[in-house]
Amino acid sequence: MPNNHNLSVIGHAQIKIDAMGKVTGETKYADDLVLPRMVYGKLLRSVYPHARIIGIDASRARALPGVFAVITGKDLPIKYGIMPSTQDEEALCVDRVRFVGDPVAAVAAIDEETAERALELIEVEYEPLAPVMNIRDALDEKFPQIHAYADHHNIHKFVALEFGDLDAGFRAAEYVREDVFFYEGDTHLAMEEHACIGHFSADGKLTLYSSTQTPHYVHRALEKALQFPRGHIRVIAAPVGGGFGGKTDPFSHEVVACKLSMLTGRPVKITLTREEVFYTHRGRHPVLMWIKSGVKRDGQITALHFKTILDGGAYGSYGIASTYYTGALQTVTYKIPTYKFEGVRVFTNKPPCGPKRGHGTPQPRFGLEVHLDKIARELNLDPAEMRRKYVVDDGTQTVNHLTITSCGLRECIDEVVKASDWKNRKSQIPNSKSQIKRGLGIACSSYLSGAGLPIYWNDLPHSGVIVKVDRGGGVAVFCGSTDIGQGSDSLLAYIAAEEFGLKPQDIKVFSADTDLTPVDLGSYSSRVTVMTGNACIQAARIVKEKILQASAEKLLVPPASLAMRDGVVICEDDENRKLSFVQAINLAEAKFGTLTGTGSYKPPKRAGPFKGSGVGPSPSYSYSACVAAVAVDTETGEVKVEKLFLAHDGGRAINPLSVIGQTEGSAYMGFGEALMEESAFRKNMHKIPSLLDYKSPTTLDTPELHAILVETIDPEGPYGAKEAGQGPLLPVPPAIANAIFDAVGVRIDEVPITPDKVLRALEEKSKGNAPRFGPKDFPVIKMPEAIKVEPPDAKHAPRLVQ
Amino acid sequence: MLRLPPFEYLAPKNLADAAQLLAQYGDDAMLVAGGTDLFPNMKRRQMTPKFVIGLNALRELRGIKNENGNVVIGAGTTLTQISQSLNLSALATAAGLVSSPQLRNAGTIGGNLCLDTRCNYYDQTFFWRKAIGFCMKKDGDICLVAPGGNRCWAISSTDCAPVAVALDASVRLVGPKGERVIAAAELYRDDGMDYLTKARDEILTEIILPPADGLRSTYLKLRRRNSIDFPILGVAAAVRVAPNGIVEHARIILGAIASHPVQAIDAEKILIGQRLSDDVIAAAADAAFKPAKPMDNADAAYAWRKKMVRVYVRRALTELKEQN
Ligand SMILES: Cc1cc2nc3c(=O)[nH]c(=O)nc-3n(C[C@H](O)[C@H](O)[C@H](O)COP(=O)(O)OP(=O)(O)OC[C@H]3O[C@@H](n4cnc5c(N)ncnc54)[C@H](O)[C@@H]3O)c2cc1C
Ligand code: SF4
Repeated sequence: MPNNHNLSVIGHAQIKIDAMGKVTGETKYADDLVLPRMVYGKLLRSVYPHARIIGIDASRARALPGVFAVITGKDLPIKYGIMPSTQDEEALCVDRVRFVGDPVAAVAAIDEETAERALELIEVEYEPLAPVMNIRDALDEKFPQIHAYADHHNIHKFVALEFGDLDAGFRAAEYVREDVFFYEGDTHLAMEEHACIGHFSADGKLTLYSSTQTPHYVHRALEKALQFPRGHIRVIAAPVGGGFGGKTDPFSHEVVACKLSMLTGRPVKITLTREEVFYTHRGRHPVLMWIKSGVKRDGQITALHFKTILDGGAYGSYGIASTYYTGALQTVTYKIPTYKFEGVRVFTNKPPCGPKRGHGTPQPRFGLEVHLDKIARELNLDPAEMRRKYVVDDGTQTVNHLTITSCGLRECIDEVVKASDWKNRKSQIPNSKSQIKRGLGIACSSYLSGAGLPIYWNDLPHSGVIVKVDRGGGVAVFCGSTDIGQGSDSLLAYIAAEEFGLKPQDIKVFSADTDLTPVDLGSYSSRVTVMTGNACIQAARIVKEKILQASAEKLLVPPASLAMRDGVVICEDDENRKLSFVQAINLAEAKFGTLTGTGSYKPPKRAGPFKGSGVGPSPSYSYSACVAAVAVDTETGEVKVEKLFLAHDGGRAINPLSVIGQTEGSAYMGFGEALMEESAFRKNMHKIPSLLDYKSPTTLDTPELHAILVETIDPEGPYGAKEAGQGPLLPVPPAIANAIFDAVGVRIDEVPITPDKVLRALEEKSKGNAPRFGPKDFPVIKMPEAIKVEPPDAKHAPRLVQ
Repeated sequence: MLRLPPFEYLAPKNLADAAQLLAQYGDDAMLVAGGTDLFPNMKRRQMTPKFVIGLNALRELRGIKNENGNVVIGAGTTLTQISQSLNLSALATAAGLVSSPQLRNAGTIGGNLCLDTRCNYYDQTFFWRKAIGFCMKKDGDICLVAPGGNRCWAISSTDCAPVAVALDASVRLVGPKGERVIAAAELYRDDGMDYLTKARDEILTEIILPPADGLRSTYLKLRRRNSIDFPILGVAAAVRVAPNGIVEHARIILGAIASHPVQAIDAEKILIGQRLSDDVIAAAADAAFKPAKPMDNADAAYAWRKKMVRVYVRRALTELKEQN
C-alpha cells in the first residue's frame, strides 16, 4: 500500500457526500420531480419488428378530453444519434419501424391513465417487412436492408487492422490454436427506470431534467433534433439511480418530452416502464468471436488474429466504437508482437445495443482468456504463471500504439494466486467421488481510464471544473460530471477538501447542469476520476495559491512555508503563525477579488497514425486478475461460484471504500453475465422484458467476494488514480468458465453458462465426444483488405522473438 | 410504472358478506387476498375485474388451529406465518420457498392454492401480448406454445399445491349453495385456462391437513435464483414407512410441469411394499421422469427441466430415506 502519510482525505475511507440523502430517501431522482402544471407523456411503440409506416391517424386521440398534444414522426423529422457518423435515430419513427418497441407517436395528457387511453386511440397502418433477428440472417442478403446507409447491406461496419507482420508471427510460433466463442447480449438493469421532464418556460427557454449519464451529449442532440439553439437549452442530470451505460445516449423520450412541452407550454414528464427500458436498451452486444493465436512452447504469444461479429440491433448508437473496442484492448495485458483484428457490426430488428459496463471488451476478453487457458492446458503450463510471465511493462507501447503508463497486473496475479491457494488447486489434487466437483480458474484483464478522444471531433477540454470560495467559508465545486452512484460528486469533494485542508462534508458540489457547470463529457468509459479529478486539482490550486499568498503577507512568512490542513492555514516552520480558513479567504478576496479558480483537462494526444486509432487510447489502463472457485453439480449442471478473488489495480484508491464497492459491483455484474443474464428473443420479440423473468442474481445467489486493491501510482491520474468502475467485471466470466473446466473437464465456450449447457457438455464427454458446448463455426465474410499499420518504435513495443 | 386498470374495491367485514358480494357481482368480480398474484396480473391486463373483493378483513380466514387431530389453516394465513410453523413440515418448507420475504408477508395460502397458471407468453404486458399475437388464455384464440392444439398448457406454479396434495390435505369451499370439503387434488384440473374446479362464486376458507401420523414429507424446488423465482419444478414427496422399513404409503406430486399438480402414480407404485434402497429410489425417479412433459413456456430449457424431474425425485426420496 502506498504511503498516505501526507494526505488527510485522499486514500482514506470516506462515506459518500450524498449517502445520507440516498439512504433516507431525501434524494430526488428525475421521477420524483414535480413541477407546477405538469402533464404526463407516453410513447406509442411499434408492435412490429420491421415494417413500413403507411399512415397514422391520431384524430381520435386528439379528441380525448385531457389530452394536450399528440405528435408523430412528422413533428420531429430530424435524425440524431450519439456518434456523428451514425445519425440514424428518429425521436418518433417517420416511415419505418425497426424493432418491437420502436416509438412511433407520443401523447401529453393530464395523467398517465389518460395518456395510455389516448395511445390506444391512435391508429397506425403498417406494411410488415421480413425481420432480421440474428447475425446469420443479417449476413444473408435475402433479408431486407434495415438502414439505407451501411458498409454493405445489413453490415453496419467493417473494421480490419493489422499491426506488424502477422504471418511472420505465426511462422515463429511453436503451437497454433483456433477457437470460436459466443457471448450473449445482456442489459444494464439499473434500478431506476429512465425518467425526464421537458420544460419550455414562459421566457422561451427550454430545460430538460433527465436521468442521464451524459447531459452534454443530450444537450447537443436536443439542439439538433428540436432545431432550437443550444444556448437556450439547459440540461440538468438529476441524481441517477444507476446507469452502467444505459443512460449514455440521447433518447427518444427526452426529445419528445421537450417537444411536447414546447407545444403545450407545460412541463411534460415521461417515465419509462421497466419493459420500455428493455426496449430502450443500448446494452451489451451479442458477439460471435473467432480467435487464432500462435505461441512459443512457454506460452509467449507470437501472433494473435481475432475476429468479431457484433449483433448491433436496430440502430447505430455507440456501435462503431463498440466494434473497435472488441479489438482494441486485447493487446494491453500481455506482450503481443503481431496482431490482426477484423470486426463486423450488423443491424438486426432488435432493440439497439450500445455500451454496457466494459463497453465492447468483456466479450473479447472472455474469448481470449478461455483460449489462453486452453493453450496452457495443451502445453502443460500453469495458467497463472504463463500469463504472469508475459505481462506488459510500464512505459511501453502495445503493437497497436497504446501507451502503458503503469501496470500492476503481475502483482494482481500474485495476490489472487495467494488468496485462492491456487497452487493447491484440484488439477493437483484429485476430486472427491461426490457429484459435486470443485475447481479453480484464473483470468486477467485491462480497461481504460477514460477514452482518449471525445465522441465528436473537437479540440476542447474533456472536463472542466470551477471552484468558488465564499466569504463565509463555503467551498463550492461546479462540474458537468454526472453522479450515477459511482461517487463522482464525492470525488470532487474529496479533492477540494484535500487541497484546502478541509473535510469532504465542508464542500458543496454542483454538478451536471449545462447552465451552471462547465462541460464534462459524461459518466462513461471510466473517465471521470482521472479527468474531472485532474481538472479539480487544477482549479483548487489556483484558489489555494491566492489564499496562500494573501496569508503569507499577513503572517510575514514565505508562501512556500504555508500549508492548509485541519481548517487552518499554518506555517510549517512556526506553528504559532496561523489563520483560520475563513480569515485566510477574506484576506485573499480582499487582495484578489472574488475567489474562483477554473481547471480543465484534456487527455494526452496519443492516438496512433492510422484510421480507427481513436478507440483504445487512454491516459492509463487499469488491470484486474480474478480467480473463481466453483462447485459444479454433475447431475444438474448447476454451477455454484463459491468464491471470487479479485485483485484490481485502479491506481491510487482515492476512497478505498468506493473502489472496493466498484470492484464488488463490477465483479457481481460479471458473475450475473457469466451464469444467467441474457437478452433472449423468441418469435421476433424480446422474450423476457421484466425484472422477474430476466434473471439477474439476487443477494442469495452472489458468491463471497475477496476484493484486493493493488495501488500503482499512475503518473497521469489525480494523486495517481486510474479506474475501478468497469475493469473488474471483465475477468469474471472467463475465470468462471476456466474454473468449470478445472472442476469437470468441459468447456463452455458461450456465455451465459447455464446448467443446461454444462449438463449437455458433460453428456457429450461421457459419450466420448468433444467435451464442449459452444458455437460450431464462424461465418465466412468477405472482409475489406486490412489496413496495415507499422508497430511503434521497437524500443517501446513488444518484439517478435524468432 | 404499469398502472392498474380502473376497478371498484369492496371490503366485506365477514365471510357471509364476501360470499354475498361475490354472488351478486358474478363474473365482474374477483377476490383478492394478498394481491401478490392478482394485482401484477391486472397491471398486465390479464384480468380486468370491475369489482375486487378484499378478503383482508375476514378474521375467520386467519390462523392455524388444531381440530380433531387435523391442522386447519385459514386461507388468509400468510405464507410467512405458515413457513414459521414448523409442525407443518413440508408445507412450511414450500411456503418458505415462495418468492421473497416481502411477498411471503403479504401472500396468503389461499391465494397460493388459487394462483393463476403461468406461461411466459401470457405473463406479459398487454403491449407485449398484442405484439406477439394474443393467445387463447386471454384475448386470443390460439396457443403460442403448441399452436396445433386446442388447449392451454399454462403451468401450475404454486409451491404449496403439490405439498397439499402430497399430504392428502383437503380444502373447504364456501359458496351461495353452501359449503363443501374436497381433496386438495380435486381442486385442480388439467387445463391451463380453467385450472380450478372451484366455482367462481366459491371462497376457499380452509386447508385441512390430516394428522401426520409418522408421515415423512419433503418439498424440493427448482428455480434459477434462490429468491423471487417461481418454481420450474417442484417435487413434493411423502412416505409412511413401517417399522420393518417397508413403504406403506407413498405420494409423489410434481409441480410446475403441467397445468395441475401431477401425481407420479407409477413412481408411487414402485415404492409401495419396498424398502427405500438406492435402486428402488432410482427406479421410482425414472418412473416419474418418463411421463413428465414440461413445455417451452417457462424459464430454462424444457429438455433440461424434464431431466431434472429424475434428479429431484431421487433427491427427494433419498432425503425421506434419511429422515427418521
Ligand atoms: C415476483 C413474484 C414471485 C412469486 N414467486 C412465487 C413462488 O415462487 N411460488 C409461488 O407459489 N408463488 C409465487 N408468487 C405468487 C404469489 O405471490 C403467491 O402465490 C401468493 O401466495 C399468492 O397469494 P395472495 O394472497 O397474494 O393471492 P392474491 O393475489 O390475492 O390471489 C391470487 C388468486 O387467488 C384468488 N384467491 C385468493 N384468495 C382466495 C380465497 N380465499 N378463495 C378463493 N380464491 C382466492 C384470487 O382471486 C386470485 O385469483 C410470486 C409472485 C410474484 C409477484
Ligand atoms: S399455454 Fe398457450 S394458451 Fe396457455 S397461456 Fe401459454 S400460450 Fe397462452
